[in-house]
Amino acid sequence: MFATDNLVEVENVNFAYDSRQILKGVSLNIRRGQVVAIMGLSGCGKTTLLRLIGGALRPMRGEVRVGGKAVAKLRHDELFALRRRMGMLFQFGALFTDMSCYDNVAFQMREHTDLPDELIDDLVLMKLQAVGLRGAKSLMPSELSGGMARRVALARTTALDPMLIMYDEPFAGLDPVSMGVIGQLIRRLNDSLGATSIIVTHDVAEALGLVDYVYFMADGAIVTQGTPDALRASDEPFVHQFVYGETDGPMPFHYPAEDYAQDLRAGEG
Amino acid sequence: MSALVVFLENLGGRAIGAVHRLGFASRFLLLTLRNSGICLRRFSLVTREIYFAGVLSLIIILVSGLFVGMVLGLQGYDTLVRYGSSSALGVLVALSLVRELGPVVAGLLFASRAGSAITAEIGLMKATEQLAAMEMMAVDPIGRVIAPRFWAGVISMPLLAAMFSAMGVFGGYLVGVRLIGVDEGSFWSQMQAAVDFREDILNGVIKSVVFGIAVSWIAVFEGYDAPPTAEGVSGATTRTVVTSSLSILALDFMLTAFMFRGA
Repeated sequence: MFATDNLVEVENVNFAYDSRQILKGVSLNIRRGQVVAIMGLSGCGKTTLLRLIGGALRPMRGEVRVGGKAVAKLRHDELFALRRRMGMLFQFGALFTDMSCYDNVAFQMREHTDLPDELIDDLVLMKLQAVGLRGAKSLMPSELSGGMARRVALARTTALDPMLIMYDEPFAGLDPVSMGVIGQLIRRLNDSLGATSIIVTHDVAEALGLVDYVYFMADGAIVTQGTPDALRASDEPFVHQFVYGETDGPMPFHYPAEDYAQDLRAGEG
Repeated sequence: MSALVVFLENLGGRAIGAVHRLGFASRFLLLTLRNSGICLRRFSLVTREIYFAGVLSLIIILVSGLFVGMVLGLQGYDTLVRYGSSSALGVLVALSLVRELGPVVAGLLFASRAGSAITAEIGLMKATEQLAAMEMMAVDPIGRVIAPRFWAGVISMPLLAAMFSAMGVFGGYLVGVRLIGVDEGSFWSQMQAAVDFREDILNGVIKSVVFGIAVSWIAVFEGYDAPPTAEGVSGATTRTVVTSSLSILALDFMLTAFMFRGA
């Protein structure tokens, strides 16, 4: 029961880069079929969490399970087999710059399947059609706008119909129209593929309108969680500050420093 | 006293750092060789890189070869004529090129033209998360990106060196025979008689293969190891050119010492 309901289970995970502690006892569950957002300020450990789920990093303590399997304990070939069923959309798309949009989307199909070229052709065109860019198939990534590149990357991410799709800041640096388009596509692709999605973002307005469940992270730990409606109504000071974008609150505006007046006087001396 | 300690500490730190990096680079080379199977199964991946590393370097290699050969023709004639042996011009040009200048100068040009491009491309692929994306798609970037570029460099280098030497001989002929008027028959026949296939040409080819391995190894390693920033990639590109050039010169000395011991 436990294993079938949740696709991803993160249990009490700690992670540090050298001596810098990034994650401190993070636990969360992602239910199958849902679109879940992990939100928090820049640098709070969200992307690290995605990398742990994808097996690019190993937790120092705790366990990350995907489909019931502990990711860190998989052998290299088992990890690669798991990754074939995962997709990850990188922050700026990470399209292969030496390949056209078409070849980018076809990349995984050519690497991992023995499908004949005609079938790959049909599949690529369908994937590009789903993101509205069939007409741009022969363009190179350098000829695309930021929003278009993100959409091609989305088509590439879903090329092999993954069971789990991870998005690393999918809205970063996009204009409002592109942002809306990407948001809609994330929801639509998730539901039509029967996949599960994890969105790491700090874009509150966009994310709250599209996801089923939200985890808030601060300083390497989950501070609160709930449905979007519950969070909007929340009067927890942290959530309130984040959702309404207030400059000061539990998350301070100033980086920790010595007393201001003392610092200025020290400069005079 | 403390300045001396700091100096020694820095020196030691740098030495350990250099050894550490060399070890890392060696393991990287082994990993590249181990993951090279894909290059055999899908040779088109290597062919594509041979085009970028080799074919696109042709112009600079051929033009440089021609000029080096022409200069050798002029300088060689100037010296040989004093001893009344200007008919040996062909030998001088050909031996200088196939033994030394062909592999070395072509290697230096290859490092700055193709080596730097390979490093910059791999470094930028890393900086823009393309390598990470590939890994998340369950495709090993060492096999798919690094190995084809490495082998393309190893294959291209001897071919480029051979073309450099051929073009240089032609340049020497143009200046010596056509311009100055050295006897054409003795130019070619003396060259044919004095240049030994095993001693001279084969040894030159061995040199260029060794340089090809060194430059390609350094170029892919620096690219893969580059810090993922603009500054990091530019630094790595510079290091590729500097390290490759110095390695070529040092290896050339060692290989020459083994190959041509006054025989």
